[in-house]
Amino acid sequence: MDKSYLKRLSYLLFAPLLFVSVASAETGNAIPVPHEGWDHLWLEMMIDIVAIGIIFALVTIYLLVKYRRKNPNDIGEAKPMSALSVMGWVLIPAFVFIADDVYLGVKNMKHYLEFRRPPENSYTVSVDAYMWGYDITYPEGVITSNELRVPVGRPIKVNLTSRDVVHTLYIPDMRTKWDALPGKQMFLWFNPDKIGEHVMTCTEYCGMLHSGMHGKIIVMPEKEFAKWVEENKPKPQLQEPAPAKAPAQPQTEVKTEGGKI
Amino acid sequence: MSSATVGNSGKFSLYEWIFTTDHKRVAVLYMIGSYAAFFVAGLMAMLMRTELATVGPTITDNPTTYHVWLYFHGAAMIVAYMIPALTGYFANYYVPLMIGAKDVAFPRLNAFSVWLFWMAIILALLTFVIPDPPDIMWTGYPPYSVMTAGNTAFYTFTVLLLGFSSITGGINLITTIVRMRAPGVTWGKLNMYIWCVLSAFIIQMVFVPFLGDAVIMLILDKYLGTNFFNAAMGGSALLYENIFWAYSHPAVYVILLPAMGILFEIVSTFSKNRIFIYKGAVYAGVMGTMAMAGEVWVHHLGTSGNPEWLVTIQVFTTLLISVPVGILMISLVGTLYKGSIEFKTPMLYAVGFMFLFLIGGLTGIPNAMSAIYLHVHGTQWITAHFHYVMAVSMTTAIIGGTYFIWPKLTGKMYNETLGKLGFYLFFVGVNCTFFPWLYLGYLGMPRRYYDYAQFPQFQPLQQFITYSSYLIFVAGLVILFSWLHSLFKGEKAPDNPWGARSLDWTHTETPPPPGNFKEPVTLPADWDPYDYSKK
Ligand code: HEM
Ligand SMILES: [Cu+2]
Repeated sequence: MDKSYLKRLSYLLFAPLLFVSVASAETGNAIPVPHEGWDHLWLEMMIDIVAIGIIFALVTIYLLVKYRRKNPNDIGEAKPMSALSVMGWVLIPAFVFIADDVYLGVKNMKHYLEFRRPPENSYTVSVDAYMWGYDITYPEGVITSNELRVPVGRPIKVNLTSRDVVHTLYIPDMRTKWDALPGKQMFLWFNPDKIGEHVMTCTEYCGMLHSGMHGKIIVMPEKEFAKWVEENKPKPQLQEPAPAKAPAQPQTEVKTEGGKI
Repeated sequence: MSSATVGNSGKFSLYEWIFTTDHKRVAVLYMIGSYAAFFVAGLMAMLMRTELATVGPTITDNPTTYHVWLYFHGAAMIVAYMIPALTGYFANYYVPLMIGAKDVAFPRLNAFSVWLFWMAIILALLTFVIPDPPDIMWTGYPPYSVMTAGNTAFYTFTVLLLGFSSITGGINLITTIVRMRAPGVTWGKLNMYIWCVLSAFIIQMVFVPFLGDAVIMLILDKYLGTNFFNAAMGGSALLYENIFWAYSHPAVYVILLPAMGILFEIVSTFSKNRIFIYKGAVYAGVMGTMAMAGEVWVHHLGTSGNPEWLVTIQVFTTLLISVPVGILMISLVGTLYKGSIEFKTPMLYAVGFMFLFLIGGLTGIPNAMSAIYLHVHGTQWITAHFHYVMAVSMTTAIIGGTYFIWPKLTGKMYNETLGKLGFYLFFVGVNCTFFPWLYLGYLGMPRRYYDYAQFPQFQPLQQFITYSSYLIFVAGLVILFSWLHSLFKGEKAPDNPWGARSLDWTHTETPPPPGNFKEPVTLPADWDPYDYSKK
């Protein structure tokens, strides 16, 4: 079976999701703030599962207390059940669970797509992960290590690559992460809507200094950021221009010599 | 084909134990091996927790040492403790007794399985003496596992030995269940445990080969220069991740189902009550879980770069797993309804399970959602969730189940006070450990971290978790002590101390002799393993 067929089949099966994604795409053109959406979704989730948990726990406690053994020779009194009531006990909870699952799943997709659809006007940086750190290249040519500076209020798209093993770029405050896989171009985006500092750190085990693989994201006022870029931009060379036959490597290319030492 | 080839002289003989083909002795060998793995892996957990108590080095300044502990803890807990305890120890002990068979279908193959298991245990323990032990985590993701100086081959061969052991065990017990039920033990009247373990073995037979393939490709890449997972040569590390989880997620149900089975037996016996919606639990619960086990692996790989359509499909399949598992829980808890509940130690563990598994199951629902997952994946939220849903929940089944069959297995009663004390310490300990641990993960603490210099604010919580985890260790010692105490000081056990109605209790002596039953089992037409109204 070829892939596109499977793909179309899956779209058909999950048509409601498509509807949601279209619907969400149509709501205005303000830049979404995915991490706030995440917090809302999380809160709803917690209410949902805590409610189920409390109901279940209370029923269990009630049964445990009510039916504790009173006389040593007592036995249980449940009668064999009719096929119909067994069906009822299976189908009714099944429908309730399915309804809740589909509700949550569809809701989830809206947020998921938000996280996975970077806005057109994103400011795009490249992050190359390695054992053990992140090298960052800005469109203007600035290069930094383990320190990602971004202007406030502008969506930031990160093009993610890995030089050696699988790593992850995780930004807890932005509620997002994505893997850096050797040989593949990955991405994530976030919306730094406030000035401040955030941790970025690796969450895919990558050897000895895995837990030491972290850096800072510094969200700056737009003007300061522009100034910082200006100051750190590579200066135009004073000598002759670089020979034409060695162009700068496009950022998307993976600079790996293969997975072996 | 069923009688033991090596005798049982009644006196202790190492020779008789090693070469035994008696399923009950094989079960004991599995029990000792899996508890040994649990103990050593538990020690590793204590070392890790101690290390995490402070920012910066606490007891070792070498991260690789910590990673080896973590590798051993994860790998041994899953493949050398949980799976063998549930499908080797309990299945071997229970299956022939519960269905009225003299032994398993292939007793020598059974002995072979347990030998493979012991070889794997020995190989795993060598981790602590070889020069460059594996530091690749139990998941062994390439390219790291291919590049590391750590000895990945030890990982591969430990996994392969256990996989073979599991497959031979599966062939054996599936055949036993299908072919060797005593007349009258019909499919409609099987013990829940038998249904659960049958489904678990079917899952195991279908999916173990995936794991075998994955780890073999790993050492081919590492030692023989193939490039399955080498991106520079057109391979893909993602391929490994998919094959690995194609097995390792179904493995969760290989663990869950038999554990559920044990708990059904305990709850029914100590409530003296029928299984609530028995047929629903079997056909929708057990079989539903079996049918869905293979369609959810991508929820481990939500940030790995799998195609979006695949991730989306599996968001839904994963959420829908709540249907069969929910029905199993309704059946288990429903069995209390109109029961007559007696709170002996095994029952306390079953009650503990109801709450621990509830927390574990519910904290799994957010993880199924691909948006939520972007934050929680790879954090301590995930590790806390699976310790709740698997590690400690299934441990209640294993320890509770051990108390349950203890009288039959050893011929001795245990001390109820010691048993209960162990349970309460365990229950308080695991909740004080793993509940704050969930919160830590929500705050963003990643897993597999030797240190957390970037999150110094987490230190107080980490310390609290560490102290709580010591309580679990103390509970473990109390539990162990209660068993040793029983072995040396326990009273002699009657044939059916719990008043159970299934064949393993009603038709055997304590402990059962080789061959199990004095004469072939014959059952009245209205026999039912859960009918407590007859005597
Ligand atoms: C009961 C006491 C236990 C304690 C205190 C404990 C503690 C730990 C700790 C500290 C970690 C490392 C978490 C991290 O930073 O990634 C861990 C990981 C793990 N534990 Fe446990 N654990 C316990 C029981 C179990 C049991 C019974 C199992 C059985 C399945 C288990 C399976 C695992 C697995 C699979 C991992 C992940 C290893 C990895 O990330 O590769 N644990 N545990
Ligand atoms: Cu890394």
